Amino acid sequence: MTAMIRAEGVRKSFGQLEVLSGIDLQVNAGEVCCLLGPSGSGKSTFLRCVNHLETVTAGRLWVDGDLVGYRQRGDRLHELREREVAERRRDIGMVFQRFNLFPHLTALGNVMEAPVHVLREPKAAARQRALALLDRVGLADKAHAYPAMLSGGQQQRVAIARALAMRPKLMLFDEPTSALDPELVGEVLDVMRDLAADGMTMMVVTHEMGFAREAADTVVFMDGGVVVETGTPEQVLGDPRHDRTRAFLAKVL
Amino acid sequence: MTTDTPSPIKAVPVRHHGRWIAAVLVLLLAYQIGSALLSSPNLEPHTIGEYLFKDFVLEGVRTTLLLTAIAMLLGTAGGVLLAVMRLSANPVLRVSAAVFVWFFRGTPLLVQIVFFGFLGALLPRLTVTVPFTDIAIFDQPTNAVMVGIVPAVLALSLNEMAYAAEIVRGGILAVDKGQTEAAHALGMKPGLTMRRIILPQAMRVIAPPMGNEVITMLKSTALVSVIAGRDLMTAVQTVYAQNYKVIPLLAVAAIWYLALVSVLSVVQWFVERRFGRGHRATSGGGMFR
Repeated sequence: MTAMIRAEGVRKSFGQLEVLSGIDLQVNAGEVCCLLGPSGSGKSTFLRCVNHLETVTAGRLWVDGDLVGYRQRGDRLHELREREVAERRRDIGMVFQRFNLFPHLTALGNVMEAPVHVLREPKAAARQRALALLDRVGLADKAHAYPAMLSGGQQQRVAIARALAMRPKLMLFDEPTSALDPELVGEVLDVMRDLAADGMTMMVVTHEMGFAREAADTVVFMDGGVVVETGTPEQVLGDPRHDRTRAFLAKVL
Repeated sequence: MTTDTPSPIKAVPVRHHGRWIAAVLVLLLAYQIGSALLSSPNLEPHTIGEYLFKDFVLEGVRTTLLLTAIAMLLGTAGGVLLAVMRLSANPVLRVSAAVFVWFFRGTPLLVQIVFFGFLGALLPRLTVTVPFTDIAIFDQPTNAVMVGIVPAVLALSLNEMAYAAEIVRGGILAVDKGQTEAAHALGMKPGLTMRRIILPQAMRVIAPPMGNEVITMLKSTALVSVIAGRDLMTAVQTVYAQNYKVIPLLAVAAIWYLALVSVLSVVQWFVERRFGRGHRATSGGGMFR
């Protein structure tokens, strides 16, 4: 098994406040890993470290064998240039809690933007692929709608299609259903399940225990900036070893 | 229970006595001002009519419009550049942009215009050399460069850059931070993100104040008359200095400025509606009734 994400003693501080206090974990290619835990436990921060939206303060983090944000020469680390960071990020898709669709572009425009301007694909080819992706997330008929005209669930599905348009080898989901009306959560989770079944490597920060149980290969429970326990969904959700996990699950289940 | 729909309400509307009182007062005031102006022996309405479309006036209007257009184009381009510099991670760019804005916002436009008009007195020759050598890339007498509308254009554009920079910076900062993150997560570099994602969204915030800047600029061009800037104001001043018909000629200038500003206001209304699409309805009705 090749490790898609590998973290060794990852720490992150915002000034005096330490949010991550030494994270060790591994996600293999083709696996779905769900990060669970209370608010403020550092799950989202860790996810954001993986594509260098946050800079790690200590420890090492690799994505597909490449050190995140740095190049190692001998025993010294050299910061990567913005251009190099951008190149690494191309291969990592990210879906945000608040969708963050580009409001001045249509659904189709949102999906085509990066393939055309980052990968320099010909417009016609990018358009074909974008339409196919919108069809895959069930929004073929909304291609020409602006984000403001779409429901939350539809916006999030466009956001997933937008990330997939870069043909990522890894998809990161930062609480993708937390900003949705309860009745719209299902349509987004369906797309994510479909993606997981397709063999996409995914790291998902979520409060959806049902999704974690069905779709995850590994569940990681975090609290206070550390990993409390890791295991299969059956083990962590069904038979947690730690009191802290048990207390959390008792509240959310 | 009755299934009839209730008949529409026929209520006596509130009487707005205040509106009638206001109307009477405004009419009275307008009559007073109007009759005072028309009774002046120096307004000479026929002279205004005579000069309104004279060649030298039209030539002045043309220069005024040209100055406004060039200064706004250069000012906006420079303003965007300065705004991006001020928000850059590079401390050298950040500080130099801030110093530029500080200087050009901190001195009166009139002073800047006169200064550029008399630049030859400060620097007799404009020379650009290769650093630490005597090899000149550019070397001309200042008064040969600062001809025609050049000093006026320089002063107006540099001043406008400073103001435009602040407006553009505000517009960029108004765009949600999530937009930058989403663009970066897609592998877009900072420059591309700014051009394709941030600036188009900032336009909605930038457009209304920039419309005001165009209108302000059109009127500010009158200041270049102090260095004989060939604009509308210079044109009428030159003539009334000879024939002493000061009031009618000033009225000619005022009529032109008002007409041009009115046209620009209409354009501004359409531009704002275009950029505000989908955000809020631009309907009538004031805040007060």
